[in-house]
Amino acid sequence: MTNNSPQINIKIQNEDFDVSKEIKILQQHNNTGAIVNFVGVVRGYDEKNDQIINSMTLEHYPGMTESEIEKIIVNCFKRWEITCVTVIHRVGNLKPLDQIVFVGVSSKHRQNAFDGCNFIMDWLKTKAPFWKIEENNSEKNWVSFNDSDNEALKKWEK
Amino acid sequence: MIIKYFSWIKEHVGKSEEQVSLPSHITDVIQLINYLNEIDEKYNIIFEKRELIKIAVNKKYSSFYTNISDNDEIAFFPPVTGG
Repeated sequence: MTNNSPQINIKIQNEDFDVSKEIKILQQHNNTGAIVNFVGVVRGYDEKNDQIINSMTLEHYPGMTESEIEKIIVNCFKRWEITCVTVIHRVGNLKPLDQIVFVGVSSKHRQNAFDGCNFIMDWLKTKAPFWKIEENNSEKNWVSFNDSDNEALKKWEK
Repeated sequence: MIIKYFSWIKEHVGKSEEQVSLPSHITDVIQLINYLNEIDEKYNIIFEKRELIKIAVNKKYSSFYTNISDNDEIAFFPPVTGG
């Protein structure tokens, strides 16, 4: 690909994803010199309620999810020179250690990719309309919003 | 108008969406909430702690004072927990 406009790839899916395949896609752009990626994984333990998690189900708001993630990526492009972004978020029932989310960012030089990936993940946690319910043998609990996710946004206020 | 509910709000309402004919005197989200509260008590629990409620009008984040009309899609949901 020689196109200079940044590429956006957003997928909301039940299926798992292959990180190495996604990185190869990010590598297709001629201007790419750095790729940073983040993979979120289901934790098997709920620290807040001190209990084991058997599984987790994610729901989302189709249509709004994609448009909110796109807005975040476009804002990322305004701040840093980026060549490609891929965001994959899984929904449905997941088990501990399953992959939930992939954010991959490529750029000419590493710092933009590091910052862009961090920025996208921080905003996704606070704006993308997904909700998790954790399940163990006896009960189901909707996960509550973590205030530290709002705190994390402060570093992008500058 | 279509009203959508997500997460624990959906469980309180007992459905993920409903069709509501908007009376003409209702012009913003807060008036819609007051209207729903009058129709059925189940909405009182949802809207009791308004700081816990996020609103989208036509799939965009909105406020309690966003103008609405009968063609709009409104969604009520708690703060998001993805990632």
